[in-house]
Amino acid sequence: MNSQTRRVAVVGGNRIPFARSNSAYSKASNQDMLTAALDGLIDRYDLDGERIGEVVGGAVLKHSRDRDLTRESVLGTRLAPETAAFDVQQACGTGLEATILTANKIALGQIDSAIACGVDTTSDAPIAVNEDLREVLLQANREKTTMGRVKQLTKVRPGHVVPEIPRNEEPRTGMSMGEHCAIMATEWGIGREEQDELTIRSHDNLAAAYDRGFMDDLVNPYLGLERDQNMRPGSTPEKLGKLKPVFGGPDGTMTAANSTPLSDGASAVLLASEDWAKERGLPILAYFSEGQTAAIDHVHKREGLLMAPAYAMPRMLDRAGLTLQDFELYEIHEAFAAQVLCTLKAWEDPVFCKERLGLDKPLGSIDREKLNVNGGSLAAGHPFAATGGRIVASLAKALNERGSGRGVISICAAAGQGVVAILESAGESK
Amino acid sequence: MSDRYSQIVNAFPGKLVAKQVGLPQPVELDRYEPGQPLVSGRVLIGAAPGGRLAAPITKLLADAGVSGATTDDKALRDAAATAGLDAGLFNLDNGGEQQFKALVFDATGIKDSTQLVELQRFFYATARKLERSGRVVVLGTPAFGADTPREATAQRALEGFTRSLGKEIGRGSTVNLVYVSPGAESELESTLGFFLSPKSAYVSGQVVKVGPGVTKTPKVDREQPLAGKTALVTGASRGIGRSIAETLHRDGAKLVLLDVPQLSEDLQQAAKELDADTIELDITDAKAPKAIADKLEGGVDVVVHNAGVTKDRTIAKMPEDRWSVLMEINLSSEERINDELLGRGLLNENGRIVCVSSMSGIAGNSGQTNYATSKAGVIGMVESLAPQLAEKGQTINAVAPGFIETQMTGAMPITIREAGRRMNSMSQGGKPVDVAETIAWFASPASTGVNGNTVRVCGQSLLGA
Repeated sequence: MNSQTRRVAVVGGNRIPFARSNSAYSKASNQDMLTAALDGLIDRYDLDGERIGEVVGGAVLKHSRDRDLTRESVLGTRLAPETAAFDVQQACGTGLEATILTANKIALGQIDSAIACGVDTTSDAPIAVNEDLREVLLQANREKTTMGRVKQLTKVRPGHVVPEIPRNEEPRTGMSMGEHCAIMATEWGIGREEQDELTIRSHDNLAAAYDRGFMDDLVNPYLGLERDQNMRPGSTPEKLGKLKPVFGGPDGTMTAANSTPLSDGASAVLLASEDWAKERGLPILAYFSEGQTAAIDHVHKREGLLMAPAYAMPRMLDRAGLTLQDFELYEIHEAFAAQVLCTLKAWEDPVFCKERLGLDKPLGSIDREKLNVNGGSLAAGHPFAATGGRIVASLAKALNERGSGRGVISICAAAGQGVVAILESAGESK
Repeated sequence: MSDRYSQIVNAFPGKLVAKQVGLPQPVELDRYEPGQPLVSGRVLIGAAPGGRLAAPITKLLADAGVSGATTDDKALRDAAATAGLDAGLFNLDNGGEQQFKALVFDATGIKDSTQLVELQRFFYATARKLERSGRVVVLGTPAFGADTPREATAQRALEGFTRSLGKEIGRGSTVNLVYVSPGAESELESTLGFFLSPKSAYVSGQVVKVGPGVTKTPKVDREQPLAGKTALVTGASRGIGRSIAETLHRDGAKLVLLDVPQLSEDLQQAAKELDADTIELDITDAKAPKAIADKLEGGVDVVVHNAGVTKDRTIAKMPEDRWSVLMEINLSSEERINDELLGRGLLNENGRIVCVSSMSGIAGNSGQTNYATSKAGVIGMVESLAPQLAEKGQTINAVAPGFIETQMTGAMPITIREAGRRMNSMSQGGKPVDVAETIAWFASPASTGVNGNTVRVCGQSLLGA
């Protein structure tokens, strides 16, 4: 039995530009996009014909035909067909969870290399047959005689033509993610202006990252898109201030701008043991050092649906022996600007930190200048399972540029869950 | 007593008509039932920067298990965390859809009139977020506790604010001001609890002083604050007196009920129901004080001077006996009973004397020169005895009822009765229990900092306000 763990290197990442729903990628399937993202990674790191230890990924919205989506995607790439793969899913936490579990396998020595990936499309969405019709059809299928089948099929009604469309709502509350976040925004007293400010910064930072070439080895053009389609740099508080709220009623503070749009895209991250990377002359951008998942009770205890990362963070920091201020870079997934601001406020709040987190004193505030320095989901868009890979790759590269320090990631997910992780610089930039 | 007007305007179509025509629309007030939480809803706490009461406010709410929120004020958040109050945050610029049963504003940080705008900032954002039969409590510093004339000026200004807010808040909500002396922060609990709870349903527009405790403030059971205590209630067989007896009994007190022999039947009935001792005598009798004291030989914790009469006449038609009989019952006998009990040391440590004054004693009333004189005298008695009692670790306070629905008011001519009922911020008469609850608050062993106050139970009546 292996009693030692090894450091896990983040070699690099690749993604396709993220598109707005029903736009550039409207005809691309999850498999198409994931294959494209993987192919870009293979090109960038010379992985042609390579048998990778394991490829792990997933999608939140999947067709019933997407069984073993990741393995089928791998078979469409130039990786060795002998590369094993499997699917995972944890809503918006999927990409980062895939990274954590492949990193753990590398750390344990079970594999030497891995690709963690994720993809989602809200355009090519899985539409299912009407639930009542499905029952009729299944019942007919169970009949043994033709007469029996015909008899069952006479139960088909005109209303059965209405299909089942996937909905952006929490099964146990019936409320959408946005409505949940609007409640959080109210509970934490998050104002409209600060949300809009965060949104503007997200777009401007992402645009600046593209302009200075930071994204060149993180993104590969796809279906005519070279940059994220949602990105709108140079906006102003006045412009965003004109938008009507979309969540939280007429007095709400959440708009189409300070909430992420439905989007399509895929991302992939290459992880490896240090030896594996060095043998191939591959760079080590950063080390993947910690991960933690937490869940909250949004059903009975009425905790804010997207507050789980606030709980995950102190558990991880405690284990790592770090404070919230021990990071040079913070990557907080901008599902909604309000989610980021609620999380930051919660960490600063003595009541939340004592009553809910059981801490003696608040985690404290962070230097906002270190937050999402190369843009966030508000600007890039948020294809659910692809967001984790986007953030890991971008943070690893930013740490490599700095040449020192640590970065922390926080991602909220549906169903009251949250994932956080720590990356550490691999030292002087190579 | 039935208030038919309230019934009509609270049901269709009367409700619609009243609203259209702009008639008063009294709402049914929440009143306390045993076992209820301190506040049936969320409490929002705000503060002017530099306030000194965050700790006692948050501690009271945390201990009572009340849920709430605070404004985004560091001192309040720290105090809530220390107190163990899992309070949410409320942004004055973006309150959203939240509603609260009570608003508490710590104004002790206001040192100058220019800072009074803190009141506007808080209540501008929150006044519409108060639920029906809600509570507003503003906390300030009494003039003598202020460091500068400017601070005293600004603190005195709070009275104008709370009295006006009481008149405009509507929907059966109350607004009260509590001045807490520096150093008396830990004595706030029983008073703030009273003004937040449904027990203060008909008390609005009042100003109360909480000073340093006359004794160490004991920890009391919220359901049975008077457990193990003995209370004497005069005029206890009927009306408000009966309600006082019931309320003190509910709070755990062992009762001694007093009334005149003519009401023996009612008194014995009350005593039976409330497991009480009785004293049947005329308190104006020269031997009465000694007889009462003899009966209370083992000591008494709470004395409620409730017995009183009216003998209305304009002064030009008032014969001397009509004046004197009333003065004997309403004031002089109380003084003699106090002297006897205090002289013999029968009022226990942390004991209470609670008197019943009247709105007439404050505002005056045509045809009631005798009555108003006696009831204003009661206020004088409270104010003059308070310092003496404080030295012995005891307190004296008074309630001044306004229009309370009793058999007496039921017998009034309808025009006078309706005027009395509607001319207050609640647009309705109070109930005897409202007076009784206020007395129970004074009587509580936890009210060690409440001394020398006269609190009106009048729904913020327009008379004498």
